[in-house]
Amino acid sequence: MVPLTWYLVLAAALFAIGMFGVLARKNAVAVLMGVELMLNAVNINLLAFWRYTALGELVGHAFAVFVITVAAAEAAVGVALFIAVYRQRDTVNVEELDAMKG
Amino acid sequence: MEQLFFILLALLTLSAALMVVTTRNLLHAAFWLILVFFGIAGFFILLHAEFLAVVQVLIYIGAISTLIIFAIMLTRRIMDPQQPRFNSQWGLVGGLAALLFVVLAAVTTRVAWPTTSATLPAEPIKQLGADFVGVYAVPFEVASVLLVVAMIGAIIIARERG
Amino acid sequence: MHESSIPFIYNLTILVPVLPFLAFALIVLWANRNKKLSAGLAIGSIALSWLIGWAIAFTAFGAHEIAEHPFRMARAWLPASRAWQAFGFMVDPLSALMLLMVPFVCFLIFVYSYGYMGIGKPISAHDQRGWPATPGHVDPLASRFFAYIALFATGMIGLVLADNLIMLLIFWEIMGLCSYLLIGFWFARTYDDPKKITPKEAGLKAFLTTRIGDTLMLAGILLLFAQIGSLSFNDIFRPETLEHLATATTHLPLVGPVPWATLIAILIFCGAIGKSAQFPLHVWLPDAMEGPTPVSALIHAATMVSAGVYLIIRTFPLMAAVEHGPALQFIAFIGAFTALFSATIAVAQNDIKKVLAYSTVSQLGFMFAALGIGAYIAATFHLLTHSFFKALLFLGSGSVIHGMEHGHHEGEQETSRRGDKETRKQGDKEVSGGGHHLSTHHLSTDLPAFDPQDMRNMGGLFRRMPRTAWTFIIGGMALAGFPIVTAGFWSKDEILADAWVHGHTVIFVTLAVAALLTAFYTARQIVMTFFGAPRTPAAEHASEHDSIFTWMTIPLMALSVFAIGFGWVGIPTTFPVLGQWSSNPFHHLMGSLAEALHIEAAELPFAATPLLTSVVVALGGLLLGWLTYRRVAQIGQRIGDPTWSPLQMPDPLARPLGRVYTVLQNKYYFDEFYGRVFIKGVQRLANWLFHFDDAWVIDPIVDGVGRLWRRLSEWGHVFDERIVDGIVNGIGAVTAAVGSALRFIQTGRAQNYLLVGLAAASVLLGVFLVLPK
Repeated sequence: MVPLTWYLVLAAALFAIGMFGVLARKNAVAVLMGVELMLNAVNINLLAFWRYTALGELVGHAFAVFVITVAAAEAAVGVALFIAVYRQRDTVNVEELDAMKG
Repeated sequence: MEQLFFILLALLTLSAALMVVTTRNLLHAAFWLILVFFGIAGFFILLHAEFLAVVQVLIYIGAISTLIIFAIMLTRRIMDPQQPRFNSQWGLVGGLAALLFVVLAAVTTRVAWPTTSATLPAEPIKQLGADFVGVYAVPFEVASVLLVVAMIGAIIIARERG
Repeated sequence: MHESSIPFIYNLTILVPVLPFLAFALIVLWANRNKKLSAGLAIGSIALSWLIGWAIAFTAFGAHEIAEHPFRMARAWLPASRAWQAFGFMVDPLSALMLLMVPFVCFLIFVYSYGYMGIGKPISAHDQRGWPATPGHVDPLASRFFAYIALFATGMIGLVLADNLIMLLIFWEIMGLCSYLLIGFWFARTYDDPKKITPKEAGLKAFLTTRIGDTLMLAGILLLFAQIGSLSFNDIFRPETLEHLATATTHLPLVGPVPWATLIAILIFCGAIGKSAQFPLHVWLPDAMEGPTPVSALIHAATMVSAGVYLIIRTFPLMAAVEHGPALQFIAFIGAFTALFSATIAVAQNDIKKVLAYSTVSQLGFMFAALGIGAYIAATFHLLTHSFFKALLFLGSGSVIHGMEHGHHEGEQETSRRGDKETRKQGDKEVSGGGHHLSTHHLSTDLPAFDPQDMRNMGGLFRRMPRTAWTFIIGGMALAGFPIVTAGFWSKDEILADAWVHGHTVIFVTLAVAALLTAFYTARQIVMTFFGAPRTPAAEHASEHDSIFTWMTIPLMALSVFAIGFGWVGIPTTFPVLGQWSSNPFHHLMGSLAEALHIEAAELPFAATPLLTSVVVALGGLLLGWLTYRRVAQIGQRIGDPTWSPLQMPDPLARPLGRVYTVLQNKYYFDEFYGRVFIKGVQRLANWLFHFDDAWVIDPIVDGVGRLWRRLSEWGHVFDERIVDGIVNGIGAVTAAVGSALRFIQTGRAQNYLLVGLAAASVLLGVFLVLPK
């Protein structure tokens, strides 16, 4: 059987890759893809912990389902935001979206 | 055997994930992303979470990837493949992400995680369904409200204003 | 308590906070286009809350076992480590007392807002969103206002009913959000004077300042959870838990071993410092007066700012876990210092609301000082009486300001009628052009724009606004502590008596001086506002005949009944003459709770010194104030003179006090000090980092390294050259990335901000890894 730590290390790697995508990509859609990778890494963690430490109850399943729900909501709103921003500013380059600048 | 399968699947998923964040062409990145999602569904099967593997395929690949590909197509005109992929801080981010991975891996491998001797419920899907209307009824309802709100919000945000 | 013996009414507890929330949701989602309906929903919901709240409160007052066995309704909600956090409400004597006050005051203020916001009046076409409306018109965003205050009511009621610290924190933050939204309610408003803070900035300032306290408080709550594994009040206040917290110590750098109880108590108190605007985080409250006046009355006088005091009363067993420990001393010190400090500032303010704001800070300081010396019951009593009379005073000031605005409006029209044709045309245009900048064009242009909140512009309003004046004077007397009659006297006297009897002489003297100043500035305010002759045309034409004043003055009258009568429930039985008729129900009720929580709170023996002191300082302060400002009130004959403005006249205190007066008027320069030290400091640091990076250290090093590598690589093979160059370029790119990240700390790009988070998370995890177990 695969040890638990393998899953955790895999999830950590996926999380770091997703993080890199979120922080380093210029295109907003690419940033969203990075976020999806990170959320998936979290799901792997949740299910791995469930499998190895709490098999009797389905708490890991339930959490993973909620994460997927939130991911779906986030993707829908995210894509809507890109389209709105694209329409207004004619760009989806996150570097140009600096309205927060003080 | 299972370990070998895990390693192969991990290599596939991680290299696909790396392609997602580095490919110049966004459409290709989206296809790599689909491969990552398949890989993760494979891990779910390894973890005996078959139901979630199906959900993963349905929602991530069926819905979210499609949505992302739509977004790419809709903003195609300005997606110049010649543009730089990364912003100016990418070098630093790469270093820090690597550091984060090392630290996370070190932490996870050092902790002695407790293990369980419990066995899988007889009919996990049935149990999960019962839980959603029982123990997790309130979070479940909240999640459904969240989805509705997100859907309405997405429509309003993306709507053409005239 | 058996299931069957619980009175049915307790089961309705959850409705009290939920009803206003429903109103909020309905207004936001559905009713917002109809201003009358929105206001009606908010008022209706809070009226129901009030009725249910009182029913619960009076049931609880009659039940003897409620202190020992508070009523709880809880549902497991949030799994956290081994235990579930409960979403729970409880009713005990303290929350019952708060239920007596909070929904009732909310209800009155909602009714007042109906008039204040001009519901039922026509919309003026010239009013912009985010500006105050022209007199006689409805505010364009009135629905939004009612939605916000309904949400606020949910927050405050939920806070007093919460049965654990997590719930309390949630409602605490809901109130913080509403406070921010409501201070900045007139978000578009700007002033000619660039130094004057705008509502938008004031909202931000309030939010960010309280955030400092809230963060520390959250740290305290988390430490508490880490120590005892539960945040329910029931668990925290078990004697063995408190014993554990008081004896187990932690080692703080520089300080040494500290009991957990002390550390946690001080951290939680920091939250109260922020919320209740105590020194040194008091700076936000006076600026919060930029919000509409009902908001000042509701949030920044009666309820939210006293939530900090409520928090300390609620967690008092924790605060007092270490007997006479540094936590209580700290609370007493901060409270007493703030009480005196802000009373001195209030003496030199001219804005009618600013005086009341500093007075609120000062009175909250009284309560903290009382808690710090262990006067648990007296602090609760003063919290309740203060809420009634300070809400009354603020609402009265709002009525005065509206009256002045109406008067100014009238005066403008009259001037333009009287003037020659040219002026009339211009004047009409100005008046019908509506506005916010109804500028004082008939005065000479070098005078500042007319400010309806400046007390120097008032005078003689007693005859023109009698209902407002009478109720305001009643509130003022309660604030000053006018002997025997008013509520403020009884609660303040009890604090002073407690300080005296338990031998806290320094606190006693500080509070007595603060009380003297309180009476003094109250007299000053009343004399300058209501007595003498009017000093501007606006004051001359002020009136309370408009229909909105009906809505506004009825709550004033209701509150003035409580500003007097509420004191009588807490008359000590040992008081000469009056004591024999008093059963002191207030002390009884809170005493039963104190007993259940093992807090020492016996009724005090009678002492003549504090009683005489409080009588003398109240009457003496009022008399001094009247004598000093009587002459100011007489000036008013020069209204017709266009070169004269009441703003030119010096305050009678300005000469004798000299420099000190200027310092007081500028609030001890705290805003300037914070601006220089913290805000400029951060900017300097950023600048320094930039230089550090760009010019002095890092770049030369990198350049040097680069040059060295290049020379080395020239000697090598082509293959070598590539690798070496790659490394050099890599270092260069990383440095450039660091440089650009540091150079523009404020880039506005989310990715840069997230990068900081990533770095922090990596470093913290790394520290966790390296640290010994």
